[in-house]
Amino acid sequence: MTMAPKREAYDVVVIGAGPAGLAAAATSAEAGLSTLLLDENIGPGGQVYRAIASTPVSERNQLGADYWAGVDLVQAVRASSAEIIQRATVWSLDRNLDIAVSIGGASAFVKARRVILATGALERPFPIPGWTLPGVMTAGAAQTMLKSSALVPDGRTVIAGQGPLLWLLAAQILRLGGRIDRILDTTGRGNYFAALPHAFAFLTSPYFAKGLSMMREVRAKVQVVSGVTELAATGDGQLASVSYVAGGTRETIPADLLLLHQGVVPNVNLAMAAGIEHRWDELQLCWSPTLDASGNSSVAGIAIAGDGAGIGGANAAVVRGRIAARAAVEALAPAAAEKLVPMATLRADLARAERGRVFLDTLFRPAPQFRIPTGDTIVCRCEEVTAKDILDAVAIGATGPNQLKAYRRTGMGPCQGRLCGLTVTELMAQARARSPQEIGYYRLRAPVKPITLAELAAVPQSEADVKAVVRG
Amino acid sequence: MTRYVDAIVVGGGIHGCSTALHLCLAGIKPVLIEKDYAGRHASGVNAGGVRQLARHIPEIPLSIRSMGIWEKIADLLDDDCSFESHGQVLVAENEDELAVCRARVAELNALGFAHEELIDATELRRLVPAVAETCPGGVVSRRDGAANPAQTTTAFRRKAEQLGAIVREGVAATNIRQSAGLWHVDVGAESFAAPVLVNAAGAWAGKIAADLGEPVPVETVAPMLMITSRVPHFIDPVVILRGRKLSFKQFSNGTVLIGGGHLATPDQDRNETVLDWKSLATSARTVFELFPVMRSATIVRAWAGIEAKMKDDLPVFGPSSRHKGLYHQFGFSLHGFQLGPGAGAVMAELIASGGTQTRIGDLGIDRFHPSKL
Repeated sequence: MTMAPKREAYDVVVIGAGPAGLAAAATSAEAGLSTLLLDENIGPGGQVYRAIASTPVSERNQLGADYWAGVDLVQAVRASSAEIIQRATVWSLDRNLDIAVSIGGASAFVKARRVILATGALERPFPIPGWTLPGVMTAGAAQTMLKSSALVPDGRTVIAGQGPLLWLLAAQILRLGGRIDRILDTTGRGNYFAALPHAFAFLTSPYFAKGLSMMREVRAKVQVVSGVTELAATGDGQLASVSYVAGGTRETIPADLLLLHQGVVPNVNLAMAAGIEHRWDELQLCWSPTLDASGNSSVAGIAIAGDGAGIGGANAAVVRGRIAARAAVEALAPAAAEKLVPMATLRADLARAERGRVFLDTLFRPAPQFRIPTGDTIVCRCEEVTAKDILDAVAIGATGPNQLKAYRRTGMGPCQGRLCGLTVTELMAQARARSPQEIGYYRLRAPVKPITLAELAAVPQSEADVKAVVRG
Repeated sequence: MTRYVDAIVVGGGIHGCSTALHLCLAGIKPVLIEKDYAGRHASGVNAGGVRQLARHIPEIPLSIRSMGIWEKIADLLDDDCSFESHGQVLVAENEDELAVCRARVAELNALGFAHEELIDATELRRLVPAVAETCPGGVVSRRDGAANPAQTTTAFRRKAEQLGAIVREGVAATNIRQSAGLWHVDVGAESFAAPVLVNAAGAWAGKIAADLGEPVPVETVAPMLMITSRVPHFIDPVVILRGRKLSFKQFSNGTVLIGGGHLATPDQDRNETVLDWKSLATSARTVFELFPVMRSATIVRAWAGIEAKMKDDLPVFGPSSRHKGLYHQFGFSLHGFQLGPGAGAVMAELIASGGTQTRIGDLGIDRFHPSKL
């Protein structure tokens, strides 16, 4: 059944039904604002609570207690008056707060008085030699299969990279009976020292105990190699082996599946296409929107919550969603805001949820060799552009990602730079001895996700349009 | 400290870059000043049409001059600009439109122009097999084609710099003034002075002209374009419609560019445009009706470039009617890309020798202000 939005205009439109979006929509609707929650997945939950309402995994400890926290968020928004539409892909948002959304192959336009973007995170590109071979995938993609369909790897499997999600995925795979042959930890040795000054906050954060027990659980069952460098996937048209250097020795192991992960970064495409200002975050090594304390962006009426506002994790996302929604309620229905949790309480909650984040960001800051490829390593897989191609274009005058498009079409494929954008910025910054901030990012345009010509052609015509055509 | 050069060119679009290059070839060393980067606006993001077809009569001589340069563009720039010549076809969707085409071709022939050629339904189908069966014919300009606009503008800029032009990008030209027979312009902390100033600032040129006492009826517009995913090769020439706003071009990689002049809302101060999806839907409907093969293609991106449009749709091109040493080259009104190479060559002739063999008399700013020089 196709469910188009019931109205043409809403007080608040929330985009994305992960932790931030669920919390924001519930808060806004409970305060009496007309609220529309649009989400492109088949069910609510985002990535962290993916398939929370439908997963076939019933043994609770297999996915962990944190996962099941998503149930309450979903129940709260379903109990509210918020209108929720799943499989709804927002493909355009502009500074007039006009939204174009594709639902079941048909597009509709809605207008909002306030928009809360909760589009979450993407996995950071991991452009090592061979990363585009079949048999190499991201840990996030593996986790999606695990949560939605209880599918786990059964061939020779190697997991490489770093970060909390890598350990979480390893634990989840093992608990569901999946196979992992080896974990290659790419955390740089220097990162431990750099992170040390931030350790106290981390030790007293909820992440610490959970993270430690999960790593212990995984290490008990799988060989973990630390200090891995020079990682490469090889094979003839299909992954055959993974090779790396550790402790001064190169090792090559046969593998059917390589899962790569080195953290997540804000999913900025819709926000950037709406004209929202972003800046380079030198600690998290990604673009983050410029926001005030309530999540309001540089475009009037659009706020951003959750990991799309800068990586903070699920607990912080929930609180940021509530803060952004409360700010919307304060602006549109001040009387109703008084009944909500006070802003001061929410900000204290946020500080608690973000405790330990700097430690994690510092410890798991990926090394340049895993972010900035060289030679024949593919950077843009849509257009098959290598690192060398980009350096050649820089040599003849390409100064930034947008100029590079003219030479190499990088970022002009269907993914609109999601898989190469950060790599291109950092590679050009290094080649030109500039900061990523100076180099900039692709100018992104709608449709943020492709729509068919037939779908666009079928958009209902306004009376004025019909007259214009008749007049010819 | 002021740096003295032979000419100051304001604006790093294809026109400013082409003029800078041709000035270098004439032995005149210019500074080229661009507030963003070369090709940032309309010159870098237009449809790339290299079209003599369906032009206003006063600009046809300039267009023909330009075509000659396009055909040897790689010799000039050491870059092929991805220029391909498969012709441009104007499609008449019914007999009334075909009658208009017939009259137009007759008018051009009477004026001595032979580049436009009337075609019947059979020739139309041969050139554009995918077009709907009901179209009775049209007009073709066989030497026309298309190029990559960003690649082209960048190539002009690069070659100009190689030949000695000073290029300043990322800083606006400010405080433009004339004193003691020299034009002075500030560029950040630098200042340049020269006997010649070329106003090629696109959507920003109208303000420069007005500030210098030559206001013209110009508005800022942002024509929208969209591009599809790759589809199997089905069309060679660029296609435009006689009656409806549509232009259509398939690139060698299979992607299809759909344009035609529907406008976005420009925000000049922010360098931004807000797209109008209802209008783009109209373009999509036209393509849907005319090219059934395109129906399942996906739209991957839409955009708009900011440029200047004159009330009479003709560029302002030639010497100022008020100030010695000032030249205007703007207001190309959605069809300036093809003219860029030729306009730069003609502008360099005007500056170097005070005249040109190419007929441009109807394009001058004196059509708005009687000359006081």
